[in-house]
Amino acid sequence: MLKVQDINVYYGAIHAIKGVSFDVEEGEVVTLIGANGAGKSTILNTVSGLLHAKTGSIEFLGKSLAGVPAHRIVGQGLALVPEGRRIFLQMTVEENLEMGAFTRPNAAVGGGIERVYEQFPRLKERRKQIAGTLSGGEQQMLAMGRALMADPKLLMLDEPSMGLAPILVDQIFEIIQRLHQAGTTILLVEQNAQMALSVADRGYVLETGKIVATGTGQDLLRNESVKRAYLGG
Amino acid sequence: MAFLQYLISGISLGSIYAIIALGYTMVYGIAKMLNFAHGDVIMVGGYISFCTTSYLDLPGWVSVVFAVVVCTVLGVVIEGLAYRPLRQAGSLAVLITAIGVSYLLQNAAQLIWGATPKNFTSLINFQVPEFLGRLNVSGVMLVTVCACVVIMLGLTWFTSQTKMGKAMRACSEDRGAAQLMGINVNRTISMTFAIGSALAAIAGVLLCSYSPVLQPTTGSMPGIKAFTAAVFGGIGSIPGAFLGGVLLGIIEAMARAYLSSNLANSIVFVVLILVLLIRPAGLLGKYVPEKV
Repeated sequence: MLKVQDINVYYGAIHAIKGVSFDVEEGEVVTLIGANGAGKSTILNTVSGLLHAKTGSIEFLGKSLAGVPAHRIVGQGLALVPEGRRIFLQMTVEENLEMGAFTRPNAAVGGGIERVYEQFPRLKERRKQIAGTLSGGEQQMLAMGRALMADPKLLMLDEPSMGLAPILVDQIFEIIQRLHQAGTTILLVEQNAQMALSVADRGYVLETGKIVATGTGQDLLRNESVKRAYLGG
Repeated sequence: MAFLQYLISGISLGSIYAIIALGYTMVYGIAKMLNFAHGDVIMVGGYISFCTTSYLDLPGWVSVVFAVVVCTVLGVVIEGLAYRPLRQAGSLAVLITAIGVSYLLQNAAQLIWGATPKNFTSLINFQVPEFLGRLNVSGVMLVTVCACVVIMLGLTWFTSQTKMGKAMRACSEDRGAAQLMGINVNRTISMTFAIGSALAAIAGVLLCSYSPVLQPTTGSMPGIKAFTAAVFGGIGSIPGAFLGGVLLGIIEAMARAYLSSNLANSIVFVVLILVLLIRPAGLLGKYVPEKV
């Protein structure tokens, strides 16, 4: 479904992503794990068109994404829940969801909002509330709901557990599994390697801009060097 | 009675400032830049209206439509040519460019229409019957205040109820996230400039109907005062621009009447300084600390 081949991304003179290749097949949950600064978010931002790869290719559903501006990418079925959530804090919950459906026909918006409310009943209770007044967990749910409004074929999640209390992290991962069971393909970026690998079909380990290990989620959980570096023993 | 009369003329003068300030504040809110050429778009609107009525002999309302169309196109072209290439540049570069555009428009107007002031014939000539004894309300005053209220309500409705308006607010908060939603940020900013410049055209016609001397620098003083009004009310806020504009008009009218007509302009700017000292975010603005 998504095929990333040998991409190199620079921030000015800094070579942030060095020849990374990976792929995501339909129906899979694939995770990219790695320490802070390994380049995980950079990869997701490049796939969604906010950053551009200097060399290499990104193909989604057989079509190249090279030179496609960021605002055209979501319409092709690729939605990103960005790091730090980046919901529109001064808009209401419902307006945030409406923005998520910006590329969809107006007739599809109402039904989409109802489906998100089924997934996240909490958001329905707070539909008229300004998003900035939500708690961290609710904001994460809103960010995910907003991305789902685009009815994506591939949902990319950038550190959905960041800054959340452990109980909320469990909730977010339950939601990820539920979405997976409902057939959504997911590309998950996480620092919380343990959690990410336990829900993922496959994983890639990223270190300073390079992929250093890959395998099924279970393989990587048992891999000694991965354990040492990311799983605390 | 005299006080009421000053109040009324202050409100109508302030309504013109408010219409200009609404344009300023829209552009600032969404594009995050101060478009110092905004005042000169007003002047262009005045000239277009003047030419349509004086040289082409067309009725007043046609000249307003004409001015709106020309200024809208002008605003979009200025944004596309001068500001868009600087989207990633620092705010200082954009600010200096805006000042450059301002001088360019003034000099172009001088080249086309000459430096001699034109005598603009007011487009609104009806007189409101005297009421409450001897209060004098001209047609221009009435139309200005009504236009201002309608525009303010219209913009509020647009930004809170329509898809495009909400997309503008989304861009104003977080451009990157807006792009992820599929919003074309460049087109949204163009649209903002189109709206702001259309308002400038309307303000230009009203301003010239109010004080009929039209010259290449006509827009600069009202432009700066409207900027003051926008900051006064809280820049980026639509009701703030309205409130700031009207209050500034009243302050100016009162200063002219009771203190000194020579110092009226200075007093307006003293107000700006005081507001910035006491409430840096303006009357209705939200103070947002920079995130580190």
